[in-house]
Amino acid sequence: MDTITLKIDGIEVTVPKGSTVLEAAHAAAVKIPTLCFLKEINEIGACRMCLVEIKGSPKLAAACVFPAADGMEVFTSTPRILANRKKTLELILSNHRKECLSCVRSGNCELQKLCREYGIEDENYYAGANPEFRIDDSAAHMVRDNSKCILCRRCVAACTVSQGIGCIGANERGFDTNIGSVFDLPLAETSCIHCGQCITACPVGAIYEKDSVDDVFAAIHDPSKHVLVQVAPAVRAGLAEEFGKPVGTDAQGKMAAAMRRLGFDKVFDTLFSADLTIMEEATEFLDRVKNGGTLPLITSCSPGWIKFCETYYPDMIPNLSTCKSPQGMFGAVAKSYYAEKEGIDPKDIVMVSIMPCTAKKFEYQRPEMNVNGLRDNDYVLTTREFGRMIKLAGLDWDMLPEEDFDLPLGLGTGAAVIFGATGGVMEAALRTAVEVLTGEELPNVDFEDVRGLKDIRTATYEVAGLTVRVAVTSGLANARKLLDMVKAGELEVDFIEVMACPGGCVNGGGQPQVHASVRNFVDIRAERAKVLYALDQGNAIRKSHENPAIKEIYETYLGEPGSHLAHKLLHTEYTPRKINGNWD
Amino acid sequence: MKSMQELAAIREAMKAEITLAGKPGAKRVVVGMATCGIAAGATPVLNAFVDGVKEAGIGDKVSVKQTGCVGICQYEPVAEVYDGTERTTYVKMDAEKAKRVVEEHLIGGKVVTEYTIGATEV
Amino acid sequence: MTDNIITSLADTSFYKIQRRIALKNCGVIDPENIDEYLAMDGYMALHKVLTEMTPDDVIQVMLDSGLRGRGGAGFPTGLKWKFAKGYDAPQKYVCCNADEGDPGAFMDRSVLEGDPHVVLEAMAIAGYAIGSSQGYIYVRAEYPVAVKRLNIALQQAREYGLFGKNIYGTGFDFDIDIRLGAGAFVCGEETALMTSIEGNRGEPRPRPPFPAEKGLFQSPSILNNVETWANIPQIILNGADWFSSVGTEKSKGTKVFALGGKIRHTGLVEIPMGTPLSTVIDEIGGGVPNGKKFKAAQTGGPSGGCIPASHINVQMDYEHLAEIGSIMGSGGLIVMDEDNCMVDIAKFFLTFTCDESCGKCTPCRIGTKRMLEILDRITSGKGTMEDIDKLEDLAYYIKDNALCGLGQTAPNPVLSTIRFFRDEYEAHINDRHCPAAVCKELFHYVVDPDKCIGCTQCLRNCPPFAITKTDYIAEGHKLPSVKIDNDKCIKCGACIEKCKFDAISKQ
Repeated sequence: MDTITLKIDGIEVTVPKGSTVLEAAHAAAVKIPTLCFLKEINEIGACRMCLVEIKGSPKLAAACVFPAADGMEVFTSTPRILANRKKTLELILSNHRKECLSCVRSGNCELQKLCREYGIEDENYYAGANPEFRIDDSAAHMVRDNSKCILCRRCVAACTVSQGIGCIGANERGFDTNIGSVFDLPLAETSCIHCGQCITACPVGAIYEKDSVDDVFAAIHDPSKHVLVQVAPAVRAGLAEEFGKPVGTDAQGKMAAAMRRLGFDKVFDTLFSADLTIMEEATEFLDRVKNGGTLPLITSCSPGWIKFCETYYPDMIPNLSTCKSPQGMFGAVAKSYYAEKEGIDPKDIVMVSIMPCTAKKFEYQRPEMNVNGLRDNDYVLTTREFGRMIKLAGLDWDMLPEEDFDLPLGLGTGAAVIFGATGGVMEAALRTAVEVLTGEELPNVDFEDVRGLKDIRTATYEVAGLTVRVAVTSGLANARKLLDMVKAGELEVDFIEVMACPGGCVNGGGQPQVHASVRNFVDIRAERAKVLYALDQGNAIRKSHENPAIKEIYETYLGEPGSHLAHKLLHTEYTPRKINGNWD
Repeated sequence: MKSMQELAAIREAMKAEITLAGKPGAKRVVVGMATCGIAAGATPVLNAFVDGVKEAGIGDKVSVKQTGCVGICQYEPVAEVYDGTERTTYVKMDAEKAKRVVEEHLIGGKVVTEYTIGATEV
Repeated sequence: MTDNIITSLADTSFYKIQRRIALKNCGVIDPENIDEYLAMDGYMALHKVLTEMTPDDVIQVMLDSGLRGRGGAGFPTGLKWKFAKGYDAPQKYVCCNADEGDPGAFMDRSVLEGDPHVVLEAMAIAGYAIGSSQGYIYVRAEYPVAVKRLNIALQQAREYGLFGKNIYGTGFDFDIDIRLGAGAFVCGEETALMTSIEGNRGEPRPRPPFPAEKGLFQSPSILNNVETWANIPQIILNGADWFSSVGTEKSKGTKVFALGGKIRHTGLVEIPMGTPLSTVIDEIGGGVPNGKKFKAAQTGGPSGGCIPASHINVQMDYEHLAEIGSIMGSGGLIVMDEDNCMVDIAKFFLTFTCDESCGKCTPCRIGTKRMLEILDRITSGKGTMEDIDKLEDLAYYIKDNALCGLGQTAPNPVLSTIRFFRDEYEAHINDRHCPAAVCKELFHYVVDPDKCIGCTQCLRNCPPFAITKTDYIAEGHKLPSVKIDNDKCIKCGACIEKCKFDAISKQ
């Protein structure tokens, strides 16, 4: 690899050619502050926090985007630089609703952290006009409070660059600039797919999820209710970060212990319904292959992806698997199979779902997501809300033991746990489909081709005389590319997995917010995915159809996968949507 | 698509028309028709020159053209008459003044001094 | 000349001192007739480069001529082209900045409306030099006549085979698309202009990469302003030496200024670089009218500064103007007299840049707003001496930290007025008084009872009924008079306008 050598604050450092000054400084153990920069997504040099001096140049350079060069001498903390940074922060503060103590991001705010580090003494030094904005809480999943927005544009980049949607952007200009929808439409009337990538991108408290913590506590303490909880695979790969643990910490055991201590009547696991999804979806796939159904079949676990498809690719709705997402299936099973089995009136069951996802807050409110007239799920919490519940209940994370989930709906396989990483659903489906087709045991259950973070991954498998061509992608900008290739006939595939969030659910919009200062140097998608692959590796059962609880539900209740009852409970339908609500 | 010869011919013919070289008795009137001129009322001035020249039947001797901004904002509308090597700048024009310039200067050959730049206060 | 009256513009002092290169054809030819442009040696420079010169020759001529960008920053044009030529790419772009946005500036509009072909020809020459077959003209939508004439010119040039495929039979292809700007000042900044052409919100991008490497559509691109282009065909035809013989050592050629404000002859003037400001004001412009005193000249519009009377002999070129805290800019030249309040002038320009800030970077978005708020305080009598320090502090911070040229130069009008007219700031703050009687809250109207005859014209036209008759006999005056209640007065000036006896003045 070509390298360059330069000096950062007098320290010589050698970095790959093409590195930015920010990256070179990182290699030299020097942190340059940033607010707007998100690697590969938002490289716009706008906030001006990262300006540094470069020897020989009268102009300051934005380290985040300025290319490092051989022989360059960079100074990152001269008095001039420090004074500038302080002023930048003071100006931002002058146009920011400083309600830090009551802010959802207090303690985890990138602006707050920088203000502390740069010793801001008077947060009102440049006090002046500080406009109030209408709070937009129209969407199912989130609230936007622009009076806290610092206009870093990270949300816009997440929506536009990562997700290829762009339902938000900058309106007005100059001091009046604000982030919003076209024509200032309420977010709910736009093509927002509720993925929440904007929330995890936000450095401050300007965007946050709608909080259901109080409602869930109230349900738990209502003696007439039987409160169940399911928790998605990816939550265990992120939750520990809420307690200051490094990215990539496994929280599975403590998580189960925490839920039990919070007072849920049963602590279940969405892994169970992920296995159930595989049974139904693999069956659906094989059925479509054998009976000339619409192909390629596209997975339906990701509600953000579903709304994206309904909005931007309504012609591909027939390609979507009719399977409900694991969240939906779980609620349906809980309020039918489990209720019958335990002799509980399904009306008394409160189904709480803990998800790494904000689109799940939209999904559970879809009218078709019900069982016998009851909503499949009653509350959906994000990983972050779950973290807040644990803190609110005074549970000491470090002291929590590692516990198991309750049976039978707390039982899941290694195939289910990898649902949380891009490629995981495909891999799980392949493990089952191949064995169903061949009737033989797989020698190796690791389908490495579909793992990883490459934008679009394809593989072809020859199984029992059948050629199965698969494609996997995550991030909707990538999904757009993939679908356009499929529609143009440039790519012929039989089965596609799409996850709305880049990297899959581990990087979901409901996961803990990781500061850009970490995110820009650590691939949080990969680190969190490692947790899930390790759990898969460590699970004695790694194929969905071998889950004993799954076998039991089919034997005693559902019959065959794809049966009439299975269809009634576990499958759903979709609705074509317009891009800008009624404005199209 | 024009050939090099055609372009050269156009160039020469038009050069003669603009400089009036080799055209004794010919005159060229240009009216400033940039945004500034139009806003100040140059369009009726141009029309008055065109109509006046046509009515007088001197179209073979006098060409009337629109042109861009000559740079003297507060004198708009501006019309200039080229007569041999003589250049006359009429300022703050209107249609009535243009008619008089047609009659006295373009037909009569006598500069209407009171409308010229030096005679006009701003 | 007839009867000692000047009958020709050519004989006026306004015109005689000028040296017309960029404006050579403006006001001479019919801009909607390509034949007239051809008659003025039009498209001969393009013919010359295509048939007699290599692209490197062309760039060398541009370098030797010393032509620098007329849009304001003064970057050497030849160097820009050389950089762009140095990058290999399947497509490169030649762009024309016709988004003239400085308040009061209309140099580019005049060229586009008076001589559109010169821009087209020059862009084709650049296309040949850097290896581009596609140009874009970014012209503000507020210039409909310019747009119309550009379109006519393009159409005629295409019909004559001077644009399009295989120009002059040499195998060189070049064509131009016109893009309309939506009226944002920041789109005159090169990267914002390119972002806007691409169809995005017009916001600047960080450099590097510079447009010569990754500009329009991420391809090597050059951008020159209209006036720069207007010089180029003549440089090619007459040679670099001819051009560089005009002007000063570092600033070659001429510069067009839009002369306006408190000056007898407003207009468009083209003068050799280095001409003293006093020559422009006194000889070309005919001095300040109404017997008022010259106070300052503002160059460079919202990015420039004010030149006080003590520097009236400054040479108008890139270096000398920069030395005294102004800039050449695109050519706005506004003359101010004793009736102009310099704090108000600073506020005017800062209001403009604050409005026109795109809102992308923090210093410009919030910093200019905070500066404006301080100026508002000072001009309404609520300022403190600390505010001047705060203003300067913010001004230097914004210059140092803003993302693009708009922000980096936005504080200039404030800095230069503080530098040369600090006493006016201090009068606003310490005496709560606007010496030029402009800032409404810091002056009042007074009636001179010796001049007033008590006609009550003012009284009857005063909207808030702030004027009443005085008991003139008790006060010992011979004639009836009026007085103004300053608590009621809204400073509309209706009384002054109505007074035929000069009895009311601002103090």
